Amino acid sequence: MANASVAAPKKHKGISYEKWGYFFIAPFIIVYLIFNLVPLLQTFYFSFFEKYTNTATWETIERFVGFDQYVNLFTEGRIFSYLGNTMIMWVMGFIPQIVISLLFAYWFTSVRLRLKGLGFFKTVMYMPNLIMAAAFSMMFMLLFSNIGPINEIIKNFTNGEAFAFMGHTWSARGLVALMNFLMWFGNTTILLMAAMMGVDASIVEAAEIDGCTSSQIFWKIVLPIIRPILIYVLITSLVGGLQMFDVPSILTNGKGNPNDSTTTLIMYLNTLISRSKNYGQGGCVSVVIFIICAVLSMIVYYFFTDAGVEKREKRKSFKIAKGGK
Amino acid sequence: MKKRILTALLASAMILSVAGCDSTSEPATTTAGGAADTTTAAPVADDGDTTTAAPVEDGDAAAEQGKVLNIYCWNTEFQERYNAYAADVGEAHGVTVNWVINTNEGGVYQNKLDEALLAQADAAADDKVDIFLIEADYALKYTNSPYCMNVADLGITADDLANQYAYTQQIVTVDGALKGVTWQATPGLFAYRRSIAKEVLGTDDPAEVQAQLSDWTKFNDVAAKMKEAGYTMLAGYADAYRTYSNNVTTPWVVDGNLVVDDNIMKWADDTKVFQDNGYSNKDVGLWSDAWAKEQGPEGKTFGFFYSTWGINFTLLGNSLADANAPQEVGNGIFGDYAVCEGPQAYYWGGTWICAATGTDNTAVIADIMKKLTCDTATMKQITLDTQDYTNNKAAMDEIANDPNFGSAFLGGQNHIALFAAAAGNIDCSNISAYDQLCNENFQQCMNDYFMGTVDKTTALNNFYTKMKDTYPELNVPQA
Repeated sequence: MANASVAAPKKHKGISYEKWGYFFIAPFIIVYLIFNLVPLLQTFYFSFFEKYTNTATWETIERFVGFDQYVNLFTEGRIFSYLGNTMIMWVMGFIPQIVISLLFAYWFTSVRLRLKGLGFFKTVMYMPNLIMAAAFSMMFMLLFSNIGPINEIIKNFTNGEAFAFMGHTWSARGLVALMNFLMWFGNTTILLMAAMMGVDASIVEAAEIDGCTSSQIFWKIVLPIIRPILIYVLITSLVGGLQMFDVPSILTNGKGNPNDSTTTLIMYLNTLISRSKNYGQGGCVSVVIFIICAVLSMIVYYFFTDAGVEKREKRKSFKIAKGGK
Repeated sequence: MKKRILTALLASAMILSVAGCDSTSEPATTTAGGAADTTTAAPVADDGDTTTAAPVEDGDAAAEQGKVLNIYCWNTEFQERYNAYAADVGEAHGVTVNWVINTNEGGVYQNKLDEALLAQADAAADDKVDIFLIEADYALKYTNSPYCMNVADLGITADDLANQYAYTQQIVTVDGALKGVTWQATPGLFAYRRSIAKEVLGTDDPAEVQAQLSDWTKFNDVAAKMKEAGYTMLAGYADAYRTYSNNVTTPWVVDGNLVVDDNIMKWADDTKVFQDNGYSNKDVGLWSDAWAKEQGPEGKTFGFFYSTWGINFTLLGNSLADANAPQEVGNGIFGDYAVCEGPQAYYWGGTWICAATGTDNTAVIADIMKKLTCDTATMKQITLDTQDYTNNKAAMDEIANDPNFGSAFLGGQNHIALFAAAAGNIDCSNISAYDQLCNENFQQCMNDYFMGTVDKTTALNNFYTKMKDTYPELNVPQA
């Protein structure tokens, strides 16, 4: 109280609002510290323990094992195949996603095309993202099941033989990729449209007057300008992709079949903690996923920003110089 | 500087309030514990001290016997039985039943039940688990735990239980104490389509069909005939699984070591041949939609291995064209099934009713158990109404010997007579606490082998790693 009364006259001298910033972010920081950072550090801590519940005896085993679980994880090597599965399914979904999104975003923002009904298309394309991933995955499971409508169509061409989509590696992975693509291309399109609308129309016009073709404008002007957004899309999609769980899990009933080829890192983690509460091994896997996420994000970030960009800038200025001659 | 102090003060006030939230949001340890204290302690201690002696006892009784009966189970089978035959017991005791139903698949039911049982001691009286159901595949896990009450402690005597099949008690008996009771016995049979039998085998008479299916060689011969006629012998890859897995000589887990019994491997080998020959549909697992569809009017499958509950609870429902229409001949393929012993005797499943330690509803639980699992008249009625095979020798023998009894669903056949012959021979001694996920994972991993995705060794290794991931305490072999 005393503090407040002393502080009051000071206010008139010069009002400084900057400290209020700390106050305003305090709720988030406090909640973050308690509910995110503490559990995060606990995960690191648990990863050095063998910690699980024995099903038959109901006992919880807790024993310090140091780096043993990490050593096991890497010597066993399954984490790499799960990482591989995750990345393969992410790439299979991301490549068509970014291509289609770029194309749509370019068409939708093109002043030349002046497409009509954009609002409608944007809504329709964004729609799959509004559906819960679980429901979407469930729908695909039914659509592509051995007695589902897709197989009813296939049976007309194969003498009644159904194709087991979930029984073959590439069809199962393909479905996961297709779902991720369908769910996220609308979102990416809208992000890229926002980026493309930020491209100064005068630059594009100037290029047109100079005789640039549409594809030249796209590749040489629009794309370099929207690169920051592209990097953002890439990194968020990569991190999201590494955390892929609900879609493949529900599609394969949590089993990652066939032959564990659709088991993602998080599905593996889920197997560890759901039954035996294996927080030791689970923590160890989480830490590894955390490191992988961080490393991949850093690679992408540096590749597309510092070194990569400088090189490209040089090449570009060289070409322009050459063209000028 | 002073503002900083003010900010720090405000911030710490927020920390405190958030910390308060934190402690209350911790599951079932602090809040639930506090609530439990207030509800149970108050009426007994405070009321008792302040008022006269008589209400104390009333208060005591009321505190002991709660008004909410929480029942944990994995499907609606028990719910249907309770509603039809024991709802009056609950009403007499004035309890409301709260059903907590979670699917068995993937161990979800076990996970949820474990969570509730571990929090049992601290839960509020009305939130405690009162009754939970267990299946043969994981019965041992619960009967060996402290969470399962002795049936004798509920006031159910050996006399009450005299008519039950011995195996249904052995499986849930720990150190001489019975831990659960069941209303059904679960010998397995082979249910086949009469119309297909007539077309391919020339007869639909259970005795004559049985003669053609009496061992696995004959069974395979019939399978070949079925294929020629455009049918499959079995629906999917796991249909015959229980006839192998419940005829093993070692349990899945012995002294903490995972063991794959020879008979289980034989299932894998036999099924591979079956699948490659096209005698069953590829990639169709138990409980899948495709599997259920094969049991219905559009099905092209000759028969299904099913035990007692499977016929009334699963097969009957799947056979109907219209689930809401009356269950009678003309609705789908109602009446087209018949049962025979099949190539090998086996059993499958079984559901036991257990009282959870710490329940406040012992009286009503005892009465429900008596009504559903000991009362001959009720149990006979269950069989007559639902075709289920109840756990009561007297009632079953009576129906088995009744020349007038016939199941309309099975085309007038007295299937109880067949079950009665098989029920006495069930041997449940080779079970372990881990069976459910062993069975599920083994079937799923072997499906990759049947599909041709991997070889047998890889499939087996996949199974081992999956089991190790699920149960870190197990020692798994290297294939």
